[in-house]
Amino acid sequence: MPYAMDHDLAEAWLRAAAAAVEQREEELTALDGAIGDGDHGSNLRRGFTAVTELLDGLEPGLPPGTLLTRAGSTLISKVGGAAGPLYGSALRAAGSALPEPTADLTDLAAGLRAGLSQVCKLGGAQVGDKTMVDAFEPAVAALERAAFDGFTLREASALAAEAAEAGARSTVPLVARKGRASYLGPRSAGHQDPGATSTALLFAALARVAG
Amino acid sequence: MKKLINSPDTVLDDTLAGLAAAHPELAVDRAARVVRRAGGPRPGKVALISGGGSGHEPLHTGFVGTGMLDAACPGEVFTSPVPDQVLAALAATDGGAGAVLVVKNYTGDVLNFALAAELAAEQGVEVHTVLVDDDVAVEDSTYTAGRRGTGATLVVEKTAGALAERGATAAEVAAVGARANAASRSFAIALTAATVPAAGRPGFDLPEDQIEVGVGIHGEPGRRREPLRPARELAAEVVGTILADHTLIPGDQVIALLGGLGATPLHELYLVYGEVAALLAERGLTVARRLVGNYVTSLDMAGFSLTLTKADPELLELWDAPVATPALHWS
Repeated sequence: MPYAMDHDLAEAWLRAAAAAVEQREEELTALDGAIGDGDHGSNLRRGFTAVTELLDGLEPGLPPGTLLTRAGSTLISKVGGAAGPLYGSALRAAGSALPEPTADLTDLAAGLRAGLSQVCKLGGAQVGDKTMVDAFEPAVAALERAAFDGFTLREASALAAEAAEAGARSTVPLVARKGRASYLGPRSAGHQDPGATSTALLFAALARVAG
Repeated sequence: MKKLINSPDTVLDDTLAGLAAAHPELAVDRAARVVRRAGGPRPGKVALISGGGSGHEPLHTGFVGTGMLDAACPGEVFTSPVPDQVLAALAATDGGAGAVLVVKNYTGDVLNFALAAELAAEQGVEVHTVLVDDDVAVEDSTYTAGRRGTGATLVVEKTAGALAERGATAAEVAAVGARANAASRSFAIALTAATVPAAGRPGFDLPEDQIEVGVGIHGEPGRRREPLRPARELAAEVVGTILADHTLIPGDQVIALLGGLGATPLHELYLVYGEVAALLAERGLTVARRLVGNYVTSLDMAGFSLTLTKADPELLELWDAPVATPALHWS
């Protein structure tokens, strides 16, 4: 089984995610403005800025699971809204599920599956509800398939990023059934979901730093 | 965007600094982002705590004081507070009799308050939650996150606060809050969108001659867009929509809250209230108590919201009980 994630990669992933969120803050906020209340980008930027500060102050060599768990707690403490508890709990659940000191691809897929389950449990959303789950589920499924097929992390994370991006795009025609966009009913159709978009960003960040 | 701010990043902190300067009867913890009554918790009194995104002032910080909230947790603009804030508020108001959290039904508020309640319960604090979901604009909760909490939040905080002041248990306070919520329905119409400072532009584009019917309080569009009509017709639409969903019958008494959304002059709110009062009288309903003004707002959104609470002797008595807060006070 190919090696997947250690401290350095977990840190690189979180830093790449923070950079991506900062770079695309306005786009996320604009997507949220169309069908929500227009703060998704600024909230996530606030949270990931705090994650970067956390990483700057951490002792070296921590297990990757610990990094993800602490980053999750930071998001819960800083973001607010629905994104804080959802992303924060997802990272905490994923981090808790990862073995020490390193995780292979199967472990990583299982950890992110645990994170996704936590998101579904907290938010009550399923695929098709026009939420982050629409990007998260296909990304995790792609990782699981890739792990089963014996792919490398580089290949697997590229496939996951692609699946997440396709999942985010698939939310455009959907009518939202969860979250604030659900109040718009049919008027939510025609807009890409901001949560699914930011989830795709996070998987794209993983693909960039993997391998 | 033209706003009286220093920077979009410091809006909340700067607002809290001003609130502290304006209201020495409040203790404002800017670091923890908790606003509570000055002076410590009263031993044996249930703590009534609420919170939510900023931008809805005077909700919730303006309702902290005798007879209403013990503490409020203001989040970033239109963003729910984080669990740490709620935990800090619980710790700062703990009189040993438990706490009741008043939570508006938005996914973010529900999740963050639930996380805090879970952590507090692990520490042995008795925490009850009252969920406010009075907005009839949300039609089918099977396919949505459920009805939003809007104007009824004030009614819940006032009545539950009055009961808490009398020394009731946490369960009793939560029960009366839930009852006030169940007796309340709200509906709102917006003439303009709100501009969140961090976003810098209005949450949605609304042409000059169009209105959004059935809006919430976070700057999100409503359930449909229509041409602007005379206030009399808008009042009739709002009253009709609420009554179609309510169990009110001729002879019933109501508490009516005609609230501005932030940018509508009081003169227009009174004008609309006149129409509403006449419509309610036509339906045989007695307005036992009423409030007209800005109480549950949405930044600079123009428009109004109507909340009708079916009143009974207990709710009226709790409504009439003395209250001394920055935004609501009578004796």
